[in-house]
Amino acid sequence: MKARALLGKLWSWFWIVLGVLYFFTPLLATFDFSLRARKGMLTFLAYEHIFKDVNFWRTFGFSLQMGFYTIIVSIVLVVPTAYWIRLRLPQLRPLAEFISMLPFVVPAIVLVFGLIRVFSGPPFHLTNTFTGTNALLVAGYVVLTLPYTYRAVDTGLAAIDVRSLTEAAQSLGAGWGTILLRIVFPNLRTAILSGAFLTLATVIGEYTMASFIVGIKAFGPYMSLVGQNKTYESSSLAIISFLLTWAFMGLIQLFNRGRAEGQLAGAR
Amino acid sequence: MPFHRSPRDARQARPALPSSWKNWLGVLPFLLFTALFIVLPSVYLLVGAFRDNAGHFTLKNFADLFTPSILSAYWVTIRISLVTAVLGGLFGFMLAYAVTIGGLPRWMRSALLTFSGVASNFAGVPLAFAFIATLGRTGMVTVLLKHWLGLNLYDRGFNLYSFWGLSVTYLYFQFPLMVLIITPALEGLRREWREAALNLGASSLEYWRRVALPILLPSILGAMILLFGNAFGAYATALSLTGGFINLVTIVIGSQIKGDILYNPGLGYALAMGMVFVMAGAMGIYFLLRRRSERWLRR
Repeated sequence: MKARALLGKLWSWFWIVLGVLYFFTPLLATFDFSLRARKGMLTFLAYEHIFKDVNFWRTFGFSLQMGFYTIIVSIVLVVPTAYWIRLRLPQLRPLAEFISMLPFVVPAIVLVFGLIRVFSGPPFHLTNTFTGTNALLVAGYVVLTLPYTYRAVDTGLAAIDVRSLTEAAQSLGAGWGTILLRIVFPNLRTAILSGAFLTLATVIGEYTMASFIVGIKAFGPYMSLVGQNKTYESSSLAIISFLLTWAFMGLIQLFNRGRAEGQLAGAR
Repeated sequence: MPFHRSPRDARQARPALPSSWKNWLGVLPFLLFTALFIVLPSVYLLVGAFRDNAGHFTLKNFADLFTPSILSAYWVTIRISLVTAVLGGLFGFMLAYAVTIGGLPRWMRSALLTFSGVASNFAGVPLAFAFIATLGRTGMVTVLLKHWLGLNLYDRGFNLYSFWGLSVTYLYFQFPLMVLIITPALEGLRREWREAALNLGASSLEYWRRVALPILLPSILGAMILLFGNAFGAYATALSLTGGFINLVTIVIGSQIKGDILYNPGLGYALAMGMVFVMAGAMGIYFLLRRRSERWLRR
């Protein structure tokens, strides 16, 4: 029996070692490559170039801004809706869940195709102005992250007794605005924060939608452009973007205290 | 993803919900937004797919999907999604197994989940860069294999910018997704089930074959379908890795958006609708499987 337990452990270790190798080799290779901008020595030159590039900061700032707008629109859209459905329209829950899963069925490239065709022409003409284009991008991002945002908020609401809290607040004289701002939002802090950082992690380097709607203004298309022209700088960008993803995920874990939920997002 | 219910007893003592048409105003913004930005674009593509260049109704666009180059685009996309879903699914399952039931130290479980959260979100342009630095012609692994083992990957027919190269790259975000989805299912396997099986004289293998796997199978297949969809819709990774020189449906749609390379807008819409049909089918199967798996994992 002991030999068998040992064998089982070896089996587990085998897969873990394979996993560690597969996970770290590309990172190591990329990091190594990013240090070789000058022949024969290891330097952080490629990083210096990136950090001195005005376009890096400009595009990164732009995408960060789009990320913030996406988070705000998502919260304003999803939290009151999910709350209201739990409180007053429980029969609507399956429909809302279904709608929030639709972005899984419509891949980003198809969605952006439709968005451009619908909103660039009459009667919307959204792509004629900068504000309009940015708004279209934010709307696309809200849709893209909807499955995760909705599920995070809905799970958060399940953990509190929405009806009792509402009735208690009402009996103390609170209106709907007060209930949302001072009861619902604080109770959903964890769900909202982890949803927000997941949104940021998804949006910052997003390429598919950004490249078609706003083009080179966004960080994803910028990275792609660097990749076409500069070899070492592209590796340093990959490392920077990896560290960013790590930071966002670390923050989510901090809020969730190690639970696995909240980290699931789709590919781009 | 089990369904959560709040306690019922207190509710039943309460008066019924006030029902009024005003209740619907509360969900109006959400319904409007999703109608405008999900339903409307999809319907636009759907309607366009049934129109010819003059604007008349036609089924020809869908018939044209069955031309060799488009069929091959679908076939390659489906194959790459299947391969990475199955391989990523198996690999992810093994890793999740190792840290949950496999008897490894507890801290490795949270470490693996953290890594998986990061890696499953590390996709697109930077992922392509990372794999070019690893397995490209001058990539570290390519060079090291040549130095140490005298093995030249590119002479042996490997190419990062081809089907298998893309698959290896996709696996980087596929297997961590599997870990994240399947770990809760593995943790839902009760110790009692195993003990009961062993007490009844089953061997460990028999326990897995006749108890654990049948319980887990819907979850595993369901997770693999999510992985399939994940790869099926991927665009940025493939584009920046191959520069668009691989015939995937997403890449063809991308070129069609930029400048009608099919010389027929309707055909482009039909192509996009084809993706939606495949995804709708996959998600349909996923929900059936999820209902089956929840029967056992409900706590």
